Amino acid sequence: MSNDRKIRVLIAKPGLDGHDRGAKVIARAFRDAGFEVIYTGLRQTPEMIVSAAIQEDVDAIGLSCLSGAHMHLFPKVMELLKAKGVDDILVFGGGTIPDEDISKLKSCGVAEVYTPGASTQDAIAFVRDNLTRK
Amino acid sequence: MTFDPEELKRLEKEKARWEQQTLGSHLERAPERSDPFTTVSGKPIRRLYTPLDVPNLDYPEDLGFPGEYPFTRGVQPTMYRGRFWTMRQYSGFGSAEETNRRYRYLLEQGQMGLSVAFHLPTLMGYDSDHPMAAGEVGKCGAAIDSLQDMEVLFRGLPLDKVTTSMTITSTAAVAWAMYIAVCEQMGIAYDRIGGTLQNDILKEYIAQKEYIFPLKPSLRLVTDTIVFGSRHFPKWNTISISGYHIREAGATALQELAFTIADGITYVEEGIRAGLDVDEFAPRLSFFWDIHNDLFEEIAKFRAARRLWARLMRERFKAKHPRSWMLRTHSQTAGVSLTAQQPYVNVARVALQALAGVLGGTQSLHTNSMDEAYALPTQEAVTIALRTQQVIAHETGVTNTVDPLAGSYFVEALTNEMEEGALEYLRRIQELGGMVRAIELGFPQQEIANSAYAYQRAVEREEKVIVGVNRFVDETEQRPIPILVIDEALQQRQVERLALLRKSRDKDRWNRAMDDLRAAALGNDPWGKDLLMPRILEAVKAYATVGEIIGLLREAWGEYTELNII
Repeated sequence: MSNDRKIRVLIAKPGLDGHDRGAKVIARAFRDAGFEVIYTGLRQTPEMIVSAAIQEDVDAIGLSCLSGAHMHLFPKVMELLKAKGVDDILVFGGGTIPDEDISKLKSCGVAEVYTPGASTQDAIAFVRDNLTRK
Repeated sequence: MTFDPEELKRLEKEKARWEQQTLGSHLERAPERSDPFTTVSGKPIRRLYTPLDVPNLDYPEDLGFPGEYPFTRGVQPTMYRGRFWTMRQYSGFGSAEETNRRYRYLLEQGQMGLSVAFHLPTLMGYDSDHPMAAGEVGKCGAAIDSLQDMEVLFRGLPLDKVTTSMTITSTAAVAWAMYIAVCEQMGIAYDRIGGTLQNDILKEYIAQKEYIFPLKPSLRLVTDTIVFGSRHFPKWNTISISGYHIREAGATALQELAFTIADGITYVEEGIRAGLDVDEFAPRLSFFWDIHNDLFEEIAKFRAARRLWARLMRERFKAKHPRSWMLRTHSQTAGVSLTAQQPYVNVARVALQALAGVLGGTQSLHTNSMDEAYALPTQEAVTIALRTQQVIAHETGVTNTVDPLAGSYFVEALTNEMEEGALEYLRRIQELGGMVRAIELGFPQQEIANSAYAYQRAVEREEKVIVGVNRFVDETEQRPIPILVIDEALQQRQVERLALLRKSRDKDRWNRAMDDLRAAALGNDPWGKDLLMPRILEAVKAYATVGEIIGLLREAWGEYTELNII
């Protein structure tokens, strides 16, 4: 990645969940930290998210889900990325997610999962340090 | 009956003397903490409140007596000396069967009313077999696809004795129709069916985001339910005008109050536009507040809301019936304040928030469970939450007298400022062309997003302390908290149930009901003519599913696309 290109992050809301406070706050925090942020808006299917990520040529995807459907939606996004041959987009997530599920999500390729109380600065630092596209 | 101006002048002098002599020398020896003295909403709070902070407080005008205009001190003359608030835990998960068992358990434990949580597909008008429902079935509420599920949900419950609240909005008309149908099967007459439908569509566009249709047809549907309710259901609250979701989305206490009252004004205007007399429907409008961490700010919000609404209803809308002036409210502790870190500490947060709701004069209360930063609550966690209300009611003594904090210079000053601040917002919304226009312009949405971001930044800079999150952190914490798990096989069972239902129901009746509803939905001048609810009721009785009914309305009315505001 060239030096003048900003890091591009897609903040996405998969599924029917309408809780968008966290997604918006994280989107704004990334923007204020100098990232290029694309926010999908609500009610995106995993297919829509993956195609937006490819189309927008993003470096990272942040998935937000507070409806309890994360164990279906997050792995589905990972599966579709793999099917499209994409292996260099960093995927992280957040929401009301029990600890037990976090390890399962990590084992299917979600790099980090944030729960209520997480700091936006931690997420920003994590994405900076762990980008696979350099 | 305000303070005597001469006495206030003397007091002002006395205060200046105190500041110079006692306070001044004290501060030299012992300076105050450097923390910002602000409410959870960021409002600065002064060191000391005296009559000088409420110089124009007029007892009969501004406070009055409980059960009388302007209801600042409460909507009933005896408040909790008569009866306690309704302890109503919002509840629903998995299947209708499982949720029915939870309801029976809660009633046995002393809960006084039911409150239904539907899963997201029901709230968004999709059946459990729709692709958009994948992964969501039974996850954040009970899976209800048709009247068949609703019959199971309420099986054996005394719906003639308890009231039921249903947290559902875009598809509220369908849920209500199903509830009415279940009550009919139980032989309960319309005029004895008591409960509340959330039905507040404006806050969906502003905050909760479970909208389906564009604003105009959505308001038409809400108005239709208000008209239907005012004609046939004297004990049913047709709408619960909700600040809760606005607050949870990040609003300050003042914004919650102002935007909710602005929504309320819009429903009153729509009811009048539909040809109703204000006193025909205003008594059935109810409210729903969030109760966040700041004890006095929350109490002031409840009191200011009652006074503001009473004044608006009497002065602006010329309502004559005292019940039309009364702001009756449900309230719930702030989900957003629960921490995933050291989750047992949430029990203390919830207790203090619930206390604020009671001191604020709520009619009904839900206390959150300590595990809800992770998932829907376990039975053990819900029981502690319910017991917290019972402790406040029976052990603390705060229920012995009406509105115990009235006359506190601090609480009255906060109450005044809350009302004045809300009026200022109402003026701005008026200037934009009313709340519907303000929503189209993204005004409340942007205000809330700004507040949410400001709050997050304050927490991350440690200007606001959250115990266990940015102070008193336990690095060794294991979080050994039990979590409720929803059976993944439920979706398949619901899909099979739906297939069976679609095969076995009376197809002619279904066809007729759906055609009739379609014609009414597409009709041009049906505003407030009570056309939709009777047809939705018939469709529900013909076992049309939520997805089928809402799908039909989606085709007729289209879908809403929101402005992406961050």
